[in-house]
Amino acid sequence: MSSLPATKLAPAVRAENVTRHYPMGESLIRAVDGVSLTIEPGEFVALLGQSGSGKSTLLNLLAGLDRPTSGSVSVHGRDLATMSSEELARYRRNDVGMVFQSFHLIPSMTITENVELPMRFAEVERAERAQRVRESLERVGLSKRMEHRPSQLSGGEQQRVSLARALANRPSLLLADEPTGNLDSRTGEDILNLIRDISLSLGMTVVMVTHERVLAERFAQRLIFLADGKLVAEEVRA
Amino acid sequence: MKGYDLFELAVRNLRQSKLRNGLTTIGISVGVASLVAMLSLGVGLQQLATRRLAGSGMFDTVFVTSRQDFRGFDREDDQKAPHPDKAPVLDEPARVKMTQLANVTEVQPEIRVMGEVMSGGETHFGFVTGLPMSARENEAFDTLKGKFFSSDNADEAILLLDFAKELNPKNPSELIGQDISLRYGERQALTQDSSDRPQLTGGESNAIAAGDDFGFSVVRKQQKLRVIGLIDQEPYGGMRTVSRGRIFLPVATTERLNMAQFTDMRSSLRGASGKTYMTLTVRVKDPAKVQGVQDAISQMGFRTFSVLDATKSLRRFFTVLDLFLGIFGSLALAVATLAIINTLVMAVLERRREIGVMKAIGASDGDVKKLFFTEAGAMGFFGGMLGIALGFAIGKAINIGTGIYLVRHQLPAEPVWIMPVWLIGAAIGFSIVVSLLAGLYPASRAAKLDPVQTLKYE
Repeated sequence: MSSLPATKLAPAVRAENVTRHYPMGESLIRAVDGVSLTIEPGEFVALLGQSGSGKSTLLNLLAGLDRPTSGSVSVHGRDLATMSSEELARYRRNDVGMVFQSFHLIPSMTITENVELPMRFAEVERAERAQRVRESLERVGLSKRMEHRPSQLSGGEQQRVSLARALANRPSLLLADEPTGNLDSRTGEDILNLIRDISLSLGMTVVMVTHERVLAERFAQRLIFLADGKLVAEEVRA
Repeated sequence: MKGYDLFELAVRNLRQSKLRNGLTTIGISVGVASLVAMLSLGVGLQQLATRRLAGSGMFDTVFVTSRQDFRGFDREDDQKAPHPDKAPVLDEPARVKMTQLANVTEVQPEIRVMGEVMSGGETHFGFVTGLPMSARENEAFDTLKGKFFSSDNADEAILLLDFAKELNPKNPSELIGQDISLRYGERQALTQDSSDRPQLTGGESNAIAAGDDFGFSVVRKQQKLRVIGLIDQEPYGGMRTVSRGRIFLPVATTERLNMAQFTDMRSSLRGASGKTYMTLTVRVKDPAKVQGVQDAISQMGFRTFSVLDATKSLRRFFTVLDLFLGIFGSLALAVATLAIINTLVMAVLERRREIGVMKAIGASDGDVKKLFFTEAGAMGFFGGMLGIALGFAIGKAINIGTGIYLVRHQLPAEPVWIMPVWLIGAAIGFSIVVSLLAGLYPASRAAKLDPVQTLKYE
């Protein structure tokens, strides 16, 4: 499962000179171009930048959804580059939770089923699932309307469900891609409060991609600025 | 992912687009139904033909003739063998020898003579046939009115219904229990003392031993017989000789009465041979042993024939028929396969985002592949079940249809369509396998989807 003994010693995330290039017709897109960074366990880090700055690509590299063109990404001391696609899937399933701008809930499934889905992939026993679904939903403040479909919920509620789904397999690393992008500012703040609280209470590392500097400054401990695929600035908060 | 989760997700995905997946499943079921209907028809027809042949009592029988009497149609066969005149004759010692062969249950002479029955001052002509006790098993006696022969040697007769109607047009059944008088020709041996003995040349006279070696005379005789039963059709279907038997006697009775047969004319020409048989019917314990017995009798120098020769080509015919029926039946299933591929490819396109999400939250490529595979397999399974039901209904309809047709033509209704249990299992299995093959491409396409691409455009 999530908490490896190595967690305390190794950094949660270490990226070394990571690049990710895409061929686009004749030219080459350097989405991520030589980024090195280290994130400590339990840290809440925001990746900031204009759209096209490479922050989402970097997040996908951390999630193991994508592989770097060169350089290395290791999480809890494990090099993602050496993992097979099956191992990467297991890594995403057990060590990573993901939250997206447009929630990416499965519309045909109820709230319960959406939260349960990652546990199906992780082959969690059926009896345990129901309890963990309830636990996760309670943690995000949703314990009613569990049999509703996502479309029957408000945006904020959907993002809470998505967060509950990300927490279902008790990951050590939460990756959030513009989690407030589709929410009004108050709801967005609520979600970020929630993420910060959960991060603090579970000791979970959070990496959030956003372009809203104000929110990032309020919630993240460290801000990392990207432009044209390069790390351009870093700012440590309280 | 565990099996039941896989199945649960697959079924819920299928239910998401009920109409499309339902239509595809019906497509599969039509394919399976046509395959099942065709193959069951093949099985039914084969069983019908086999039942007919087995019921005719021909499967366990070898017919033996002497090469002296019948020259074969196959010249080459005859040229290889010694000259027919040197071939052995079918006499009593030969018959005994055949009886002693392994797996032979009985050896009966074929007896068929002309006879006349007196009734109401009129004479009625008919062929008299000797039947062994084992003939009771023949399908002709399935509809026997009255009783079968009480013994091999009884003075009893069973009449063909047509013949009985001649004797008693109003109520042929009344004949059962009545006595009839049968007029026939008895073969009486000529001895050396007979006044009309033939002139023999010197060489032959030495060969004369006993019996009717000099020849015989045919004397008109009359025998009282008790009618004990009536049958609709002639046993052994008249396959053995051209003339149709209408009066049946126990074979030992016909032998005891020493009825003169046409074939006696042949033996009368042949000096010093004694009484011979034209045809012997050798019955074998088990149809599987027929070939061995046939070979053994051929070794003795006789000509043999069995239905086995005919069934060989029959079996070949049904193999080809089944193949063709199977190919035609599979066509619809092949079309259904394309429908599965189409449906699943559509599903992959529609669910791109969903597949990406599943991968992002921990589904492996294998999980995604298995999910689509399971969906294909489930459609195959349900389609197969539905197809069996549909095929069963089609088959019932065929049986009812042919039944009505047969009855209208005064034939007993018989099933021409039989669905064996193995076919049910095989059809469902085949349907699943075909569906899985159809799912191969869509599943691998789904598994190869790049989650980053599918999640990018929002």
